[in-house]
Amino acid sequence: MQTAIAIAGVRKTYGRLTALRGIDFSIRQGEFFGLLGPNGAGKSTLISIIAGLTRMDAGQVSVMGYDTVLQFRQARRQLGVVPQELVFDPFFTVRDMLRIQAGYYGCGREAWPWIDEMLERLDLSEKAGSSMRALSGGMKRRVLIAQALVHRPPVVILDEPTAGVDVELRRTLWEFTTELHRQGTTVVLTTHYLEEAQELCERIAILDKGALQVIETTPQLLARHPFRFLRLKLADGSVLPESLRPMVVGEVNGAIELKLESGKHPIAGVFVALRDAGIAIEDVQTREPDLEDIFVELTGEHARPQEAGA
Amino acid sequence: MSPDQIGFLTLLKKEVKRFWSVLGQTVTAPVITTVLYLLVFAQAMKDRSSAYDGISYTQFLLPGLVMMAVIQNAFANTSSSIVQSKIMGNLVFLQMAPLGPFEWFGAYLLAALLRVTLVAMAMLAVTLPFVSLPIQAPWALLAVFLLSGSSLAVIGLIAGIVAEKFDHIAAFTNFFIVPLSFLSGVFYSVHALPTLWYQASHLNPFFYMIDGFRYGFFGQADAPIALSLAWCAGFFVLSSAVCLRMLITGYKLKK
Ligand SMILES: Nc1ncnc2c1ncn2[C@@H]1O[C@H](COP(=O)(O)OP(=O)(O)OP(=O)(O)O)[C@@H](O)[C@H]1O
Ligand SMILES: [Mg+2]
Repeated sequence: MQTAIAIAGVRKTYGRLTALRGIDFSIRQGEFFGLLGPNGAGKSTLISIIAGLTRMDAGQVSVMGYDTVLQFRQARRQLGVVPQELVFDPFFTVRDMLRIQAGYYGCGREAWPWIDEMLERLDLSEKAGSSMRALSGGMKRRVLIAQALVHRPPVVILDEPTAGVDVELRRTLWEFTTELHRQGTTVVLTTHYLEEAQELCERIAILDKGALQVIETTPQLLARHPFRFLRLKLADGSVLPESLRPMVVGEVNGAIELKLESGKHPIAGVFVALRDAGIAIEDVQTREPDLEDIFVELTGEHARPQEAGA
Repeated sequence: MSPDQIGFLTLLKKEVKRFWSVLGQTVTAPVITTVLYLLVFAQAMKDRSSAYDGISYTQFLLPGLVMMAVIQNAFANTSSSIVQSKIMGNLVFLQMAPLGPFEWFGAYLLAALLRVTLVAMAMLAVTLPFVSLPIQAPWALLAVFLLSGSSLAVIGLIAGIVAEKFDHIAAFTNFFIVPLSFLSGVFYSVHALPTLWYQASHLNPFFYMIDGFRYGFFGQADAPIALSLAWCAGFFVLSSAVCLRMLITGYKLKK
């Protein structure tokens, strides 16, 4: 399979802070790829380097085989990037902005029908003539996505496209990116919603503190740590036996959550221990680990600050 | 047209649209300022001679005022565009695009040149009823105009790249552009100055822009036209070299 983005030995420091400490990996053509990591991991820095916005201190990056420094024109024509920040040009209307952006990439009037189609798909048709400054945050986000796609690039990078976006728009964006992917576009997605990454991405890289922690297919990643969770609701006043305490990882809605490592802690063993201690169980639930659990396991941090009661 | 050419023309069009959509600020305002200067000074100094044969003081004054407006507006056009895009963060759209340093340079320069051409033409048209100017040396006039407008557009581009906020541009305008353009013989012939100031004027590039521009109209000026053209060309080459170097290396624009 051919490479869409090749990243080799990329290092970046900002003064004394090392943002990227030697990153090597590639993304294949046609892949739906997830780039994950906690805040400050270096995801946006890496994306800026791929896009040519930031200079790397060492290393090479190529997009569809074109070096992003030496062949920057070809490389950039292959790439569309949705930046993390909601940036916009207040001087122009939505449609003008998109036409200008298409023009930068050498696309003239022939791109106009595609622009209108995207406006339609992203539910922006009504706002096409509005000034950029008159749009809501979610609308601006959609314009940014359209802007990244005006020149129909084979590789698209979305840096947290769903941050601060309502449920409906998130769904629209998922459908939109899934369709792009189905049509052959390589999609790279950064997000802090791990269920989103788990759902959409075929392969995932996790960055932490400027280093690549892991890069695996999503099923491999999920199977990587063989454990599962057991939730127990004990009868009122019962106390968990001493032998089970080390497995406790949390409490959810009054139920105790235990983390069981496969092979080491069979579920049957837990029940035996409870019976021996004479404890009555009111309710039992098991849960397979999701990407969030793997993420915590690898980085020691939650992908998103935990919402109260979640 | 090649994709690169379309890209360049798009950036040029965008920059033109930017000042075109606020013509009141970008063209009308400087024209009004100039007309006011002309009325006030021509009235106050009406008994003065211009130091040039057969040229009234009002006639003497107008080319200098036009060139001063060219200097200030060419600088303002590029510097404000870049700084605004930097502050709003939308410069990334251009930085991610497949446009090279020469396209940036050319598009910003030409847009500023178009704005100052409009400003200069409007000024000459509006003042035509009171002041008529001869055009003795059209080629020199055109050359000085283009070199001066381009130089200041490029200086504005440099200032925009270096500046981190609007205050920096305002400071550069107030402490450099405005004083130097006022101290360059707009309102007087430098021959009328005390020796020290007279000599200092000859180290000010804006003096040669204004003096050379005046030569284009009257066929006479304080400095020889060849010297003025050489200063204007030298200034343009020097500022362009600095600016292109910044654009090529990504100075301040690439983190
Ligand atoms: N322009 C800059 N100057 C100095 N430091 C920077 C700059 N940009 C990023 N950094 C630092 O580099 C590190 C990586 O930042 P980056 O934005 O790449 O993280 P991220 O993984 O995208 O995080 P988030 O999930 O919060 O977006 C951070 O410590 C950040 O403070
Ligand atoms: Mg980021």
